Amino acid sequence: MYTDKVMDHFTNPRNVGEIEDANGVGEVGNASCGDIMKIFLKVEDNIIKDVKFKTFGCGAAIATSSMVTEMAIGKTIDEALALSNQAVAEALDGLPAQKMHCSNLAADALHEAIKNYREHNS
Amino acid sequence: MHRIYLDYNATSPVRPEVLEVMLPFYKEQFGNPSSVHWAGRQVSGALEKAREQVAALINASPAEIVFVSCGSEGDNMAIKGTLAALKEKGNHVITTAVEHPAVLETCEALAKEGYDVTFLPVDKDGQLNLADLEKAITDKTVLISVMWANNETGNIYPIEEIGKIAKKYNIRFHTDAVQAVGKIPVDVQKANVDLLVISGHKIGAPKGVGAIYIRRGTRMATFLHGGHQERNRRAGTQNVAGIVGLGKACEIAGAELDDYYKRVRLLRDRLEDGIFSQVPDIKLNGTPDRDQRLPNTLNVSFAYIEGESLLLNLDMFGIAASSGSACTSGSLEPSHVMGAMCVEVTLAHSSTRFSLGPETTAEDIDKVLEVLPATVQRLRDMSPLYNCGRTAEGCETCETVRRI
Repeated sequence: MYTDKVMDHFTNPRNVGEIEDANGVGEVGNASCGDIMKIFLKVEDNIIKDVKFKTFGCGAAIATSSMVTEMAIGKTIDEALALSNQAVAEALDGLPAQKMHCSNLAADALHEAIKNYREHNS
Repeated sequence: MHRIYLDYNATSPVRPEVLEVMLPFYKEQFGNPSSVHWAGRQVSGALEKAREQVAALINASPAEIVFVSCGSEGDNMAIKGTLAALKEKGNHVITTAVEHPAVLETCEALAKEGYDVTFLPVDKDGQLNLADLEKAITDKTVLISVMWANNETGNIYPIEEIGKIAKKYNIRFHTDAVQAVGKIPVDVQKANVDLLVISGHKIGAPKGVGAIYIRRGTRMATFLHGGHQERNRRAGTQNVAGIVGLGKACEIAGAELDDYYKRVRLLRDRLEDGIFSQVPDIKLNGTPDRDQRLPNTLNVSFAYIEGESLLLNLDMFGIAASSGSACTSGSLEPSHVMGAMCVEVTLAHSSTRFSLGPETTAEDIDKVLEVLPATVQRLRDMSPLYNCGRTAEGCETCETVRRI
């Protein structure tokens, strides 16, 4: 049901953890739907230097979290804001249809973290 | 990789002895059991032998056994067939909030059609309060439908007690015994059951065959119209090979029941004790009284992690289990059984069921106990809910519950 890329990111998730001196943190999802994603950012000179995540959720939730961190690192915050949930799913060669809504929230979590960064650093 | 199958409550492999007796009915013994000629006569005896084998396992008489295609068909037939036949008598059904969807969805569909349905609640351990049942009975009640054992928690319900209540008020009693038959003793006379449903593939027979026990003299509306098969109870040419397999599986289940119970119970207890001694922050779903649970079933929630991701991780070690997580049910809500038990919502998403079978070995259990603690820890280290001062939320509002 999952693509090889999803299984790869699920079994070997990249950038798991927290950034202690993060300057942007975002969380989306809720317990009742079974997915909670938290993204930690380290932004310097408008560039995302480091991203880490923690996720409670299914295989798709963990894989999209891992993928979005890989996609965001090195991007400007404007470029990162242009990343969509759809683009994350495509980078994983797609997700099962029933997962597109409930577990495909990683770009939203990234955007929340950027919003949080801007609120504190503008 | 050695594969470990711990999902017997979902389905079981066909036992070699069962397949053996089925094969001739796909080859030389191909006749239609309703035919009068040699080809028909060759197979009609086999059908009746299977009927005897099924009847013997549940202390019924062969004429009270009707073969169907699956457990869901049996449950639909029992409930809809009863309500249609007893229309003049009443329109009220009493069932429970933890039934299998075959019963629950059927009752919900009937409620939409205007029938009156009471869904009895369960407590935090998933147990019924029989005083609630008795209180729910009205002069319009025509059917009580309570499963013999729950597929998710393994809880065994007090069927004999319910049978007494049904008899006292002269109400028909149906039980979905799909998870109980072959795992614990099931006796339709002792329990005063009128309708009881069995599924083949849960007990080592193939998928696509089941049976319903209909107590002699029980008036039922026809559910599937057509030919005169099964004493006019259920039309359609019989699935002869499947039925022969079901008969054999029932015969084996009866002969091995005591040994099965002792062996599987020992292994399940070993798994339960092992998990509870090695993994912190977990919750048993179901009754802690192991005598009141099926000997093969263990349902545990692992706090801070989600069920599907745990299943996928176990699958990488060749271990097959199942989960009440929304992700594995194809819906957005976790299991209705966890909801009815008022299990906190993240714990409901992490509920994990291990169900053992006759082929399970001590080595299988030890392998799970070797792999599971580290796997749970790995996922917890990834979880935003773990070690951050958040505790499991209280359950005053019961958001997990499918509102019934």
